[in-house]
Amino acid sequence: MTVLLRTDGIKKAYGGVQALDGATVSVEEGTVAGLIGPNGSGKTTLFNVITGYERPDEGQVYFGDKAITNYAPDKVFAAGIGRTFQLTRIFPRLTVIENMLIAAQAKDRPRGLTSWFSKDAWTHHRKHAMDLLEFVGIERHAHVLSGSLSYGQRKLLELAYVLVADPQVILLDEPAGGVNPTLINHIADRIRELNSQGKTFLIVEHNMEFVMGLCTTITVLESGAVAASGAPDIIRTDKRVLDAYLGADLEEDANDQPEQ
Amino acid sequence: MSETRTRDRALKGGGLLALIVILIAFPKVFTNPAITNYGVFAMIYVTVVCAWHLFSGNTGYISLGQAVFYGSGAYAMGIAARDWHVTGTAVFALLPLCAAVGAALAVPLGLVALRVRRHTFIVITIAFFFIFQLMAYNLNGFTGGSSGLDSPFLTWPESGYNTPFYYIALACAAGTVAIAWLIRRSRFGLQLRAIRDDEDRARGLGVRAMRVKLSAFVISGAITATIGAVWFYYINQVEPNTGFNPLFDLTIVLMAFLGGYGSIAGAVLGALIIEPLTLWLNTQPQLGGGSLNEILLGVIFLIVVLFLPRGIIPTGGEWITKIRTRGRPAVVPATTMGTPAAAGSGTATSVGSGGAR
Repeated sequence: MTVLLRTDGIKKAYGGVQALDGATVSVEEGTVAGLIGPNGSGKTTLFNVITGYERPDEGQVYFGDKAITNYAPDKVFAAGIGRTFQLTRIFPRLTVIENMLIAAQAKDRPRGLTSWFSKDAWTHHRKHAMDLLEFVGIERHAHVLSGSLSYGQRKLLELAYVLVADPQVILLDEPAGGVNPTLINHIADRIRELNSQGKTFLIVEHNMEFVMGLCTTITVLESGAVAASGAPDIIRTDKRVLDAYLGADLEEDANDQPEQ
Repeated sequence: MSETRTRDRALKGGGLLALIVILIAFPKVFTNPAITNYGVFAMIYVTVVCAWHLFSGNTGYISLGQAVFYGSGAYAMGIAARDWHVTGTAVFALLPLCAAVGAALAVPLGLVALRVRRHTFIVITIAFFFIFQLMAYNLNGFTGGSSGLDSPFLTWPESGYNTPFYYIALACAAGTVAIAWLIRRSRFGLQLRAIRDDEDRARGLGVRAMRVKLSAFVISGAITATIGAVWFYYINQVEPNTGFNPLFDLTIVLMAFLGGYGSIAGAVLGALIIEPLTLWLNTQPQLGGGSLNEILLGVIFLIVVLFLPRGIIPTGGEWITKIRTRGRPAVVPATTMGTPAAAGSGTATSVGSGGAR
């Protein structure tokens, strides 16, 4: 197995708070990797560093053999890393299909001035976009303004529009957060199916059942550094993990609000 | 369904054709220079508001510095004509130069201003505006200082003087509407509107935000400078406080908001309503002359904020749908009134409340 995505000793401080303190995480190609840890352990910050939304104070991000540290978000995406956000972020005043087409242009960027103004340049993406909407199950809402979608549908849309550009790695920030159990299963199924088609995932999630059932490897972050890493069975029984995460903070996590 | 769609399309096409015929016939029917003057100014403002819409309407970055381009276009034409001794109709050959000046100014201004968002962006565009006005006042040798510049003399007969200007302004207006429409349906337009909804998210989906925003800003600046030059030649002079006029920017924004912020038809409609109205008020001495129209602009602004926060086109469209369906639930495309669960920033409701702020 080759390592597809790797962070090497990432440090990031906000004022006096050390959000990431030497986080070294690697994701092997073709796996579904989980990233867990108590609130404030730096999971989302790590996502932000990988996807170019935050600059690390120290450390490197590698995608394959290539260092992509400090790439701008659009460049990271074009390189083949897609992500979703903890609080879903869609484009409310665009229709669902328009949401899908935004990402489509990163896949094969058109050349020349005329392509900027041409409608046809991306209509061929429409079919692909519709297929993906069908894949996640919201195709009948394709021409509705996405602002009118329910929260669960927004989650599905966000997953779908990230997929449009066919990224190699997909970072999901709490895909099961705030959605009902049926939809959680639906999302897990979609992830499994995509993974069987060769997509690699890195998932931040508080829902332990979801993570344990889906992920092949799990990394535990604590205070911005990796506390443990391994298969779900090992993590489940690891003393440090129980102390750091599953034990003390479990109750707190169940009640907490999403960060940001 | 498809039948009504075809009918709607035919209606729209017919309406557009009728509008074009009316606009072309206008100076033939109303030959009175006082009336054609309204036409020229209306077309100038249609161009200006459409150019504003192209950038601000699509991206949500409200620019209050369009007068920078308008005035610069006017001064570019005046200075070039003066220094190169261009006279007569040959002056119109300078229009591409004026567009280039607008575009060239938009690049550095955009690179600075577009680094910040929302209120800060607005403030910076206002600051640019004052910088340019001050420069026009103080660079005496170059801009003619506070007395401004006169345009070269045109030997056109008095009676038909307005007509060529009307057609030039009409061509600019039509061209700008066409460009705005092309952008609207293109991938470029989609990227602009994605930036409006959530710029950071758009970047994470591969949209090169700065490049896209800047392109729209440059196109908008070039058009505004061009029409500014036409305006200068039409009224024969430019002074710092007319070329770089703070009311100009407020008027544009008001026109766009009245017609319908974010829509091309709204931009056109707003300009067509407000510009002739203010011109007419200016000619009514018994109503207090010039000062009244400024008060009126304020009143219109209040009315828009209170009753038409989204403008005539969107709100009017809703009313028509309501009347057509007589309150029955219609098969309408979902409105922007999303679920309150909408995450965070300027989502659904910002269409309504954000409109006129």
